[in-house]
Amino acid sequence: MPSGLAHLRLQVEEALRGRVIAPFDYHDRSAAENVSTGIDELDLLTGGFPRGALTEVFGPGGSGRATLFISALSVRTANGEECAFIDAGDAFDPASAQAAGADLSKLLWIRCRKIEQALRATDLILQGGGFGFVCVDLSGVSREMARKIPLDTWFRFRRAVENTRTVLLALEQEANAKTCASLVLKLAPGRIHWSSVRQNENGRIQSGGMLERPFARLLDGVDVCAEVVRSRVKPVTRLEIRVNHLQAGSNRVKTQEATFRAHSAGNLSRDRRESQQT
Amino acid sequence: MAFASIYVPNFIVQAAVCARTEWKNRAVALLDGTPPLLSVAAMNEFAERAGIQVGMSESQVRQFNGVEVERRSREREEAVYGALMEMSWSVSPRVEDTAMETITLDLAGLDSVFGAPERIGKLLARRAATLGLKVHVGISENVETAIHAAKGFSGITVIPGGTEASALASLPMSVLSPSTEVAESLERWGVRKCAELAALPMAELSERLGEEGVRLHELARGARSRSLVLTERKMDFTEEIELDDDVEELEPLAFLLGRLLDQLCARLRACALAASAIHLRFELGDAFEKEPVGPIEIPAAEAPRTYEKALRLPVPTRDSKLLLNLLRLQLQGDPPHASIRKIALSAEAARRRAAQKQFFEPHSVDTEKFELTLARLENLAGKSNVGAPQILDTHRPGAIGMERFSTHKEETKSQRRATDAGAARDAENLAAKTALALRVFRPEWMARVEMRDEFPARIYFRGLRGEIAVASGPWRSSGDWWREDAWRQDEWDVEIHFQAEIFRGEERQREMNDGVYRIYYDCARQNWYVRGRYD
Repeated sequence: MPSGLAHLRLQVEEALRGRVIAPFDYHDRSAAENVSTGIDELDLLTGGFPRGALTEVFGPGGSGRATLFISALSVRTANGEECAFIDAGDAFDPASAQAAGADLSKLLWIRCRKIEQALRATDLILQGGGFGFVCVDLSGVSREMARKIPLDTWFRFRRAVENTRTVLLALEQEANAKTCASLVLKLAPGRIHWSSVRQNENGRIQSGGMLERPFARLLDGVDVCAEVVRSRVKPVTRLEIRVNHLQAGSNRVKTQEATFRAHSAGNLSRDRRESQQT
Repeated sequence: MAFASIYVPNFIVQAAVCARTEWKNRAVALLDGTPPLLSVAAMNEFAERAGIQVGMSESQVRQFNGVEVERRSREREEAVYGALMEMSWSVSPRVEDTAMETITLDLAGLDSVFGAPERIGKLLARRAATLGLKVHVGISENVETAIHAAKGFSGITVIPGGTEASALASLPMSVLSPSTEVAESLERWGVRKCAELAALPMAELSERLGEEGVRLHELARGARSRSLVLTERKMDFTEEIELDDDVEELEPLAFLLGRLLDQLCARLRACALAASAIHLRFELGDAFEKEPVGPIEIPAAEAPRTYEKALRLPVPTRDSKLLLNLLRLQLQGDPPHASIRKIALSAEAARRRAAQKQFFEPHSVDTEKFELTLARLENLAGKSNVGAPQILDTHRPGAIGMERFSTHKEETKSQRRATDAGAARDAENLAAKTALALRVFRPEWMARVEMRDEFPARIYFRGLRGEIAVASGPWRSSGDWWREDAWRQDEWDVEIHFQAEIFRGEERQREMNDGVYRIYYDCARQNWYVRGRYD
């Protein structure tokens, strides 16, 4: 019997020669290299974006998907990697990316108007290879259209980046890639933080939530709740991130601060029960 | 060291006959001059035997039967001479274009490649024969001796060193190309052969004939030496094909382009060069006469008769398959409007670049493969929608451009140090900063805003009505006041809570649209717009 198995193994290897390397070797997919997302606490939560795999980030509008993308873009371009962004809704703001520190000369931006164009462009980019970070933004595509993307398309994307150093990120309104994604992150918008500043009669600056007129109101930041729905690397948990957008004077210079809070899955469910009771 | 000289006897006639094999054994006379004063400039031996002489008028020549009479073509002579030069360069890299019918080669170092000088001479004669030319070859250690031997002797003549004088002795004086006056003087003296001239005393010859007399004396003895004046090889990489039948479809056209590109790349490879740009030119026929041409509907009769495209490459290449694919993609995106009669492909030659990257540099895109990917993306999404984003040098909000994305970025050492330092600084900064991104609406959404106490209170756009809970602004900006498209805007960051959409009725749908938006009032157009949403 053992000789029969060995013979069968040889036959299969011979038949797959040139197409599949070492078909009987075990590939440990969980041992992929991870790279920083650009947000420290999110790195702690997820372990970073895995190379050679598909990461899916979904959530409603205003949940921080674009912010997450430009953070990751900044880190990858700072590392000297070439990046590609397939923009299905033509919604990318280069000024935001540059403010985040991204090197725009290392970004290939493909502005699409139709979902078919975006999917085809993603195929071309992944087949060409060589990009360190590829992001396909389907946030502007309706949920119905996104659901119609065949599963084998996602599978093809995953296979195209397997065994490469490419980080593939998909931004959507809801998760569609199913098991093809190695990391699935759900984002939800939280509280929006505003503050006010005012110069009183003595010329001193006052700041606070409730001030007398005249005052200038400033957008401080937006809370984002991130939840790992699936990960082949780290256990599922949830993190709340505050993304700040401070305005200084009339120039509206964007300074950045971030405060982070991490919640475990157990604490989150207790918080939900309490909020339902109140 | 040895030199070989190729002489083409009766070059003008041979240049005309080599292109027409049917004239090989026929009498041929070539006319030259300004019409109607054309006269015989050259003829072959058959025409000479028939009684035609140089200087005869056209009408006189045309009275002879069985004689091919044609106007002399200098373009054809140049083309034949060019082919002969190319043939010479295929043997030796050091070639001199001595005269219209004479080419001289330096044979130094070629014995190990082609063998003895006599073998090289036979090789030259054989290769010239493939061009349809019958040549004489003279080989000597002295350049001038080789030239005169080729002119004076038929076939292949090899003159060993030290025997130049005796070898040239029997040649007529005319091979030394004396001036008319000197030739007349020598004729009067009865000096007709080189040996007779060489026997004259140098000093007396110098007194009577001057410097030219001395020169001729040295040439006759094979004692005058000089270096070759090398001709620089012009790198003209052009391939053309004229079609018997017009081509209308892309597939047969691609087949022809592939053949031309293979030849072009082979020539580039032979010179250790690559193509940095390919220029494509079609001469068009009239197959599509009934269809309007172009978006402006130019009548087909007035449409241009040529089609030209230039393909520029960031890195020189000689991969004919890659070039063919790039040309195909270009032609698919912008096809010619008529059938094609003639195809011309030319390449701008450049040295291949060898870039050595840093050992720890991250893996980047393969440049040649990426060119193909980029061409496909441009075909798919449009050329203006693919590239690297560029922030324009203006304060106008949303002013962006698209520049060509290049994977080949040459950096000097100082630039590289600056990049590394910037990367380290950015990495530090990124640890503390996370910028909020704006998701832009293109084109911007028109809106209607109700104000309360000089603050926006309610907003309507895209069939939605939203209450503005918080508004930050106005942040006024303006610019380009000296231009017609001057701008002046009041921007606001607003937190909007939308009412339930009546036709959807889903609470969750309403919540998805709540958030922070950027809106602005355009003072020039006097209207409100929604620029984007913070995401």
